Amino acid sequence: MILKEQGLVVSVVDHNAMELAPRISEADVADYVALLKPRVMSLVVFTALVGLLIAPVHVHPVLAFTSILCIAVGAGASGALNMWYESDIDALMSRTANRPIPRGRVTPPEALTFGMTLAFFSVMTLGILVNWVAGALLAFTIFFYVVIYTMALKRWTAQNIVIGGAAGALPPVVAWAAATGSLSVEPLLLFLIIFFWTPPHFWALALFRCEDYARAGVPMLPVTAGPDATRLQILLYTIVLVAVAFAPWPLGYFDAVYGVASLALGGGMLMLAANVYCRREGREASRATRRLFAFSIVYLFALFATLLIEVVVRAAVPSIW
Amino acid sequence: MDDKQEQKGIVLTEAQKKSRRERSIAIALALAVLVVLFFAVTIVKGPAVLMRPM
Repeated sequence: MILKEQGLVVSVVDHNAMELAPRISEADVADYVALLKPRVMSLVVFTALVGLLIAPVHVHPVLAFTSILCIAVGAGASGALNMWYESDIDALMSRTANRPIPRGRVTPPEALTFGMTLAFFSVMTLGILVNWVAGALLAFTIFFYVVIYTMALKRWTAQNIVIGGAAGALPPVVAWAAATGSLSVEPLLLFLIIFFWTPPHFWALALFRCEDYARAGVPMLPVTAGPDATRLQILLYTIVLVAVAFAPWPLGYFDAVYGVASLALGGGMLMLAANVYCRREGREASRATRRLFAFSIVYLFALFATLLIEVVVRAAVPSIW
Repeated sequence: MDDKQEQKGIVLTEAQKKSRRERSIAIALALAVLVVLFFAVTIVKGPAVLMRPM
């Protein structure tokens, strides 16, 4: 009675009522599409398509479509689960603060449910409709990206994107397995190309987003080892990348058109990486880093597009080869 | 007045209704795609749909 007169009881009751009131979501379809990381998904779809089409077997278009769809949805599920786990640090970084969870459009449990549902359906559909080698590889890819990279490595070591890059490199391997039901050297070569492409690409991004990562406490290489050490690592990884990307031609796995394209594109990557290594201060350094980041996307796209064009031309005009 | 509101339950705003309708349509479309996909693959594979190599 005394408490009521002092207004304390009312306060407690109101607080409980607020906690018990169900939250009504206003998230629209665009918010859920954003959870899938569509830009990452488009690269996954493209590299998977190349992995599927270079396989030396005929794949029925319906099965090819099913495989690519499942791989795309699996990649989207990984993105949603990544955003669910990283919503705390996403809110601290300007690049990610606009994502659906930090903006309050989607709650973390909603993102978790969405991601788990898509992961389950993508793996099961690929396994049942195509084959279980591909289904198991897709499950492993999602597990590796979410558990190994997002939960374990990202906040623990500066080598996060080196090891975690394996998840991004697996889609062409999954697609090859979907086409053939087994694995071979060619998809592993594609895996290695994306694997060694990942560090220069992400460290270039981290160089000009260094403050963001530092604020969020993510131990990216520029934060832990400094920009100069990162520049050296970018150059070293680019040298390995160019060598690995060129190797399939002399080894006889891909044709001369690919070899020449690989050399030309590799030359561009090396030049830009050397530029990043040499220019260390001021606007020139920033511009060099952004150029490398932008070109690295073109590099991977063009390299895989060359393989795709080879396949299409070979199918259309078999006498050329 | 309070009793009447309680009987009504939760009243959604127009924005909440619109987003819920959009989400429902998206889920329906996704389920339809899944059904068509399973049907199409069953037709393409024929009896081999039951043979799934490990």
